[in-house]
Parts: sequence; C-alpha cells; structure tokens
Amino acid sequence: MKQKSWFLRGALALGFAFLYLPILSLVVYSFNDNKLVTVWSKFSVKWYGVLLQDEPILSAAWLSLKIAFMNATLAVILGTLVALALARFGAFRGRALLSSLATAPLVMPEVITGLSLLLLFVAMEQFIGWPAGRGTLTIVIAHATFSMSYVAVIVQSRLTGMDVSIEEAALDLGAKPAKVFMVITLPIIAPALLSGWLLAFTLSLDDLVIASFVSGPGSTTLPMVIYSKVRLGLSPEINALATLLVGFVSIAVLGAGLLMARQERLRQRDVQMAIAGNK
Amino acid sequence: MAEAKTTTAFEPWTDPNAVPYIEIRNVTKKFGEFVAVDNVSLNIYKQELFCLLGGSGCGKTTLLRMLAGFEEPTSGQIFIDGQDMAGIAPYRRPVNMMFQSYALFPHMTVEHNVAFGLKQDNVPKGEIADRVAKILELVKLGSFGKRKPHQLSGGQRQRVALARALVKQPKLLLLDEPLGALDKKLRESTQFELMKIQDQLGVTFVVVTHDQEEAMTLSSRIGVMNHGRIIQTGTPTEIYEFPNSRFVADFVGTVNMFPGRIVDEDNDYVRIGCDEAACTIFINHGVAAPPNAELWVAVRPEKIHLTREAPADARDNCVRGTVDGIAYMGDMSIYNVRLDSGKMIKVTQPNLIRHSEDTITWDDRVFLHWHASSGVVLTL
Repeated sequence: MKQKSWFLRGALALGFAFLYLPILSLVVYSFNDNKLVTVWSKFSVKWYGVLLQDEPILSAAWLSLKIAFMNATLAVILGTLVALALARFGAFRGRALLSSLATAPLVMPEVITGLSLLLLFVAMEQFIGWPAGRGTLTIVIAHATFSMSYVAVIVQSRLTGMDVSIEEAALDLGAKPAKVFMVITLPIIAPALLSGWLLAFTLSLDDLVIASFVSGPGSTTLPMVIYSKVRLGLSPEINALATLLVGFVSIAVLGAGLLMARQERLRQRDVQMAIAGNK
Repeated sequence: MAEAKTTTAFEPWTDPNAVPYIEIRNVTKKFGEFVAVDNVSLNIYKQELFCLLGGSGCGKTTLLRMLAGFEEPTSGQIFIDGQDMAGIAPYRRPVNMMFQSYALFPHMTVEHNVAFGLKQDNVPKGEIADRVAKILELVKLGSFGKRKPHQLSGGQRQRVALARALVKQPKLLLLDEPLGALDKKLRESTQFELMKIQDQLGVTFVVVTHDQEEAMTLSSRIGVMNHGRIIQTGTPTEIYEFPNSRFVADFVGTVNMFPGRIVDEDNDYVRIGCDEAACTIFINHGVAAPPNAELWVAVRPEKIHLTREAPADARDNCVRGTVDGIAYMGDMSIYNVRLDSGKMIKVTQPNLIRHSEDTITWDDRVFLHWHASSGVVLTL
C-alpha cells in the first residue's frame, strides 16, 4: 500500500475531530460524578440512575416515540400518495403546483411552518371544533405535514426509477389497478417506504420548533424537556440522556448498514451464479 | 388448424371469405401535435405471425400498445375477434404481451412470475402448478422455477417472459422486440423455438421489431412502417423481391438504386435510361408508369454478377467499374464497385471455392451484369 501523505492524514484527523469531538466530550462527561458539568471529578454512572428516576423525562421520551411512530406512518401514507400522483399520473392540471407545494416544507423555515399550523389549528377549533385543543394529535399532524415531503421525494425518485412496464405487465396478465399497486408496486418500492419511514421518524423525534408551537399542556416532547432543562443550567443528567440517544441511533444505523451489506453480498453471489449457470 | 399449414399454403389473407382475427380500421394516435400512428388499417388473421417492421419512432410500438390496451386510439377502431376494443382495459383483453424489457416481477420467483396471470383468473391451485410446470418445461426452464429474475441470464429471462405470456393461453400474443437483448447465436435458436411454439399452440402472434432479419425468418407476413404509416404489407418474399417503394427496398435488405427514365416500352418489356449506370436497364415485363416520369430501378447486391470478361450479350444491364473494396464475410464477400460514373455499387458473391488464385481483387476492372428479371421498377 502506498504511504498516505501527512497532509491527508491530518485532514482526516481534523475532519473526525470536528464531527465527533463534541459528541465524545458529551459521552465522557455523562460519566462524570460532579454536579457541575464542566468540572471532572471521578468516573460514575450515577446520572444514569438519576435519569431513570426522572419521571418527566421518561414520559416525555415515551410521548416522543409515540408521536414519531404515528407521524412516520402517516407521513409514509400521505407522501406515497403524493409521489404516486407526481410519478404516475402523467400531465394533469395543477401538477406543477402540487410538485412545488409538496417540496415547499423542505425549504420553509420551521418557525413559519409552526406558526402557520398553530393559526390553522386555532381557526379550525373555532369553526368546526376539531382538533379540540392542542396536544399529541396536533403535533402528529404538524410533523406529518413536513415529513411527508421527505417521504414524497424519496418515494417519487424510486417510482421514477422503476420500469413502468412491470406494472403494465401485471395489468396485461389480468390484475386490476388496485391489485397491481398492492402486489407489484408496493413490494418493489418497499425499501424506499422503509427509509422514508425511518427518516420521518427521526425528523419527528428531534423536532423542537414546530412541536413548541402546536403542543398543548401535558404534551411535552423530549426535545422540549431537554431544551427547558438546559435553559435552567447544564445538568449531567442531560448528558446521560444524550449518550443513550446517540448509542441508540448508532446501533440502529450500524444494524441497517450491516443488513444492507449482507443483502448486497447475496445479490452479488446470485449474479455470479447466473453468469456461471448460463450456457 | 395445424394441418392447414402443412398440407396447403397458409395464406388466409388471399382468401376473400376469411374473417380477420384483428381488424385495425383507420386508427390514428396523436400525442399532442405528434402523430405517432397515422390512419392505419390492417387485417391480421388467426395463427398468423405478423411482424411490424420499422425504424425507431415509426409508430410500431404505439400500434402494439393500442392492441394491448395501454393506449387508446385518437380515432379509428380496433376489433379483436369481432369485438370492438374501445374503452376495454388491458386486464380485460384476451391478449398477452411480452415486453421489450421483459418486465419480470423482480420480487417473485420464476414460478410465481409465470403463475401470476393464472392467479388473477382464479384458476385452482393444483391446475396452476401443473400449467406452470408444463410451460416452464416448454421453454426449457424446468429446473429454474425457484430462482429470482436477477439470478437468471438474459436469455433465461426472455424465456420466462415468454412463458409468463403464454401460460394463460391467450388468443393473441404481442411481442415487443422479443429478441432485442440477445446475442446473435441465442437469437437464431430462439427464433426457431418461437416458431415451433407458435406451431404447437396455434397462437396468433404480432411481433414488433426493427430487425429485418428477425422479421424475415419469423413472420408469415410483414408490415413495413414509416412515420406512423404502413408502407407495405406482404410475405417476406413479397417484401424483399417486390418492394413497392424506395423506402421498403432500402429498409429491407441492401439495394442498389438507379434513377432513370423510360426510353422504350411495350406490353412485355421496358427499357430505362440511366445516366449513373451508363447503360440502359432492360426489364422483362411492362410497367404502369407514365412515359417520361422519373423512376428508380432497384437491384439487390446478390443478383448482380461480377466478371472480368464482358458477358456474351452485353447491350443492357451491364456496367463497367473498378473494385474499390472487399469485405470478406466467410460464406460470401461484399464487393464495393465504383462505376465509371462515380456511383458506388454493392455486389455480394458467394465464396463457392475454398481458395482460388484467380478471384477478383482490389482495383480490378470488372463487368457488372444482371438478369432482365432482377431489376425492380419503383415509382415512389
């Protein structure tokens, strides 16, 4: 192997440091015994113990997970419908409008999205009495409105890349359009749906701004709890919580990566087999 | 039905009482301003293997997709088995299609791909298994049922696509460039397999192809298309030996074209003056063309003889030239000959002798001559 130059090694080290040093320091200090975050005394896991006793944080975390789950599911359904309209209906009136509206939340400042949704919810409550008050439901709806855009983009690109004649072949063989969608299209775009779901899940999990606008009393999400705690002063307990979150996400990402690598290996082997078996 | 083919010639299109299986009446298809199919009328009969032949963008695939029901004609009607197909969805037509890209379902095994169509018709499970096994045997994929499409080679995928389209025993099978993605050896064997299958099952085939060789070997009749119109319909022999226009003569096979005018004619012959050939072209039958009209004579490369010595009767159909290039193809050689007028002529000669000192070679002065029946007079 060729020796890498010191410049490249330096650049690599600097890049890693820039990305991971903040997280690393957070992880290290989560094991700090001292009450003051910035003063190291000795190694301890006591803040993890404190965290597990902290009822507000635990319930906020549970609420956030519930909201993220509902949001991801809703966003995948809505986003897929938008993607289908954009990718399969050909030219129709308002296509350009739908396309730009669907992607608008991607670039819209969160403050504006949050504020406009709050105004809408208040107005709707006045006129039709639904949604009654603000809480979990309004947060889910608000999250779904912006995360469905991400899903729509992902699914649309998968649909565009898919050979349309596969669907036509199913029609040709006697399957009705709804059946074609369920049996042929859905399984083929399933990976895109899964990655859209995961993205919507994480987007919802770490959203603070929009949730702050549309939440009501009793529906405090995890980011909101963390933010309010940090405002009162840094607590090592938050470090412990953050470390757990980072660990959780890392394991998920690593797992997904390993799964994909394994599938790719299997596919490669299949291709080799096909070439070898071809007379 | 099958014996009709072996005992007498299979030519339902010559029988005025025969009822066409597919009737295309004045069908036009526009995409916006673009006219993809332009007022096409065509009859296709039961058990035919009909080829739509044309270059890319000539409308042949659009016509096929209208038969399958993926496109609706802008105007005109399509009848299949006497039934008007207007407004009938693809999944209700007695038609199956084999796609150019094969369009196999990537997430299903070969067996499930083939069984898909039968499941839609609610065929009992046991029967599905039997029919799938039988059809996979027919396309020689008996042991590949459990594989996924991406575990197959191109030729195997093509056969799965064929099996999937055939297993429903459609009355009409549409094939879009069926052999396009195969290499030459595989194409040839598959062509014969296709013909055998068609003989066994008695299905009517409509094939779309841009490959004239494929069209010639496969079909009972060919429809040559250009710019959305059918230029000529006929058997492979008719299309090749009696093209009705310069486009067909040029598109199907190679041809040498001589522009000229009639200088002398009678009921049973015509003599055409041609500046580029520097000789008169004699044709041993009369031509229905106004005197003095511009016309063209097409002569196929394999119908021209190439000699060093002047032929015995060298008044007509005989030109002098110089060999400009030779392409050795093994079974035959293609000679590029430059006439004294500067026009380049292609001549093919079979390599009858294994090795000869005296073959015609580069820069030789040669005579090109052909029989009075070889030239085809074209007025279009």
